[in-house]
Amino acid sequence: MAVGTQVWGKAKVRMRGGLATVRRAPRLPLAIALGFVLVAVFGDLLAPHSPFEAIVSARLQPPFWMDKGSLGHPLGLDTVGRDVLSRIILGARVSLAAAVASILLGGGVGVALGLVSGYYRGWVDALVMRITDGMLSLPLLLLALLFAVALGPSFTNLIFVLALVMWARFARLVRGEVLSWREKDFVALARVAGAPPLAIMWRHLFPNILNSLVVLATLQVGWVIIVEASLSFLGAGIPPPTPSWGSMVAEGRSYANTAWWISVFPGIAIVLVVMSLNLLGDWLRDTLDPRQRQA
Amino acid sequence: MTAAPILETTDLRKYFPITKGLAFSRVRGWIKAVDGVNFDISPGETFSLVGESGCGKTTTARIILRLEPPTSGAVRFRGQDIYALSGEELKAYRSSVQAVFQDPWSSMNPRMRIGPMVAEPLKYSSTMSPGDMKSRVAELLEQVGLEPAQANLYPHEFSGGQRQRIAVARALALKPSLVVLDEPVSALDVSIRAQIMNLLKDLQGQYGLSYLLIAHHLATVRYMSHRIAVMYVGKIVEMAETEELFSRPVHPYTQALISAALPARPGVERAEIILRGTVPSPVDLPPGCRFHPRCPQAHVRCSQGEPELREVSPGHYVCCDHC
Repeated sequence: MAVGTQVWGKAKVRMRGGLATVRRAPRLPLAIALGFVLVAVFGDLLAPHSPFEAIVSARLQPPFWMDKGSLGHPLGLDTVGRDVLSRIILGARVSLAAAVASILLGGGVGVALGLVSGYYRGWVDALVMRITDGMLSLPLLLLALLFAVALGPSFTNLIFVLALVMWARFARLVRGEVLSWREKDFVALARVAGAPPLAIMWRHLFPNILNSLVVLATLQVGWVIIVEASLSFLGAGIPPPTPSWGSMVAEGRSYANTAWWISVFPGIAIVLVVMSLNLLGDWLRDTLDPRQRQA
Repeated sequence: MTAAPILETTDLRKYFPITKGLAFSRVRGWIKAVDGVNFDISPGETFSLVGESGCGKTTTARIILRLEPPTSGAVRFRGQDIYALSGEELKAYRSSVQAVFQDPWSSMNPRMRIGPMVAEPLKYSSTMSPGDMKSRVAELLEQVGLEPAQANLYPHEFSGGQRQRIAVARALALKPSLVVLDEPVSALDVSIRAQIMNLLKDLQGQYGLSYLLIAHHLATVRYMSHRIAVMYVGKIVEMAETEELFSRPVHPYTQALISAALPARPGVERAEIILRGTVPSPVDLPPGCRFHPRCPQAHVRCSQGEPELREVSPGHYVCCDHC
């Protein structure tokens, strides 16, 4: 009896829709993810200093709670005397911009290919899926590194490289979903109504796979941040002096014993944001899963 | 016969390949889902295909709707082969032939509101303006007994019976001359079935529609149709006008089928014909008449030479050489 009431209560909350659903999201990850977006968008207003301004005389100044630290530079100064906090804040923008741009590009291409190959099947499907298998069987980080080195470090090239290694995941997911949706009677009825294939893909198939796409995109943001940071760490990502979390970790590497804060703070930022996005993605997947919704 | 038929099939066949192997697959055999089907439908007529599940009724419907090309044979609509149509002629075919399917859940896009869904055929197969479409949708919803304001709702906000009404409204949007009804009531409660069947009959009287009704439930078929064809593993075994078929079934399979249906009044004594064995696989058909291994009246000769449909009395066709 008690169990029954509880289930019913849950169902009622779900039915209340958007806002009620968001309220049930895991609090801390949601707060961190929202904070990350806000910091990325309003970074230049929030940062206490310019990320490029170097106070060479005070280089390697520790965070405020240590000896010789000061509240003017709460997280200390880096190897050439730039404010670590300000660089982390502006690095968020680079990470978010890279994630959004590469997901729009790679996701767009992947969704289009997945829709076409799942809907038409036949040789188009065979071709696209063999390329997808090929892409997914390669170590993507190494591939990204290879392309990034070949193309040279720049923001545009980074986006291109990330999209290139990402489209296959979207194509695979979308194609799989399309395979099940295309067999529904409403797709046959749309054909009977005279709807052209593009209209069927756009109006009937795409809206029904949107849930899965949102989940994948959320999880990909975390992945892009990691890859961008890794490429920047290896010197193949965002060229200096633009602040990027990955290159900041790299710059502080040789000072890890004496000035740990240069690497550790951007490292913590990466871990927090990526973990929050992954938790949010998992939660979204569970919430949007129709099998769970029916319960 | 009276007027020229609106739709005609000639020796329609659909074989699905059974393949083996992943990359370089080879065909191991064929599923003969539809194996030489001939019938025609007159204007204003309800023609029914009955038979067990898997006998090829739905595949026949899908071929007629141009969803699945036949392996051989032809479907002619007003004398034109529908698989040879393109451009404007195809558009005209699309606006003349519509469909209602069995599953009121699978036949609606859960992400599309009722209004655009009912208007979809108008959008793609007519030249109506968006404003006219809106008023046509309102008119259609009223016609099937729903409120025009319900056009803003999503499919999950309706019951199964209401969904089937919406499906009917959509099928009528283009004022078609033929509607394919693939098990239109079998997913519904008995109490709702009669409503939908009466709605369909009323609309037929109003617009002179032809129906191709696919069903397995004999009472539904008897109530709805003018002529009936009984299918058995891909082939029509008997075809006649409704009353003729029910009162004088000739083919042993039809006799068994009708004897298996429940009588309208309980307690009525009836002899039920129980068939031996099971339906043969459409991959390995028995030689000769495909029904002979189960036929209570089978002769030795039945396993040699496939029988063809022949007229036993005016308009009554049977696919059996011995009855």
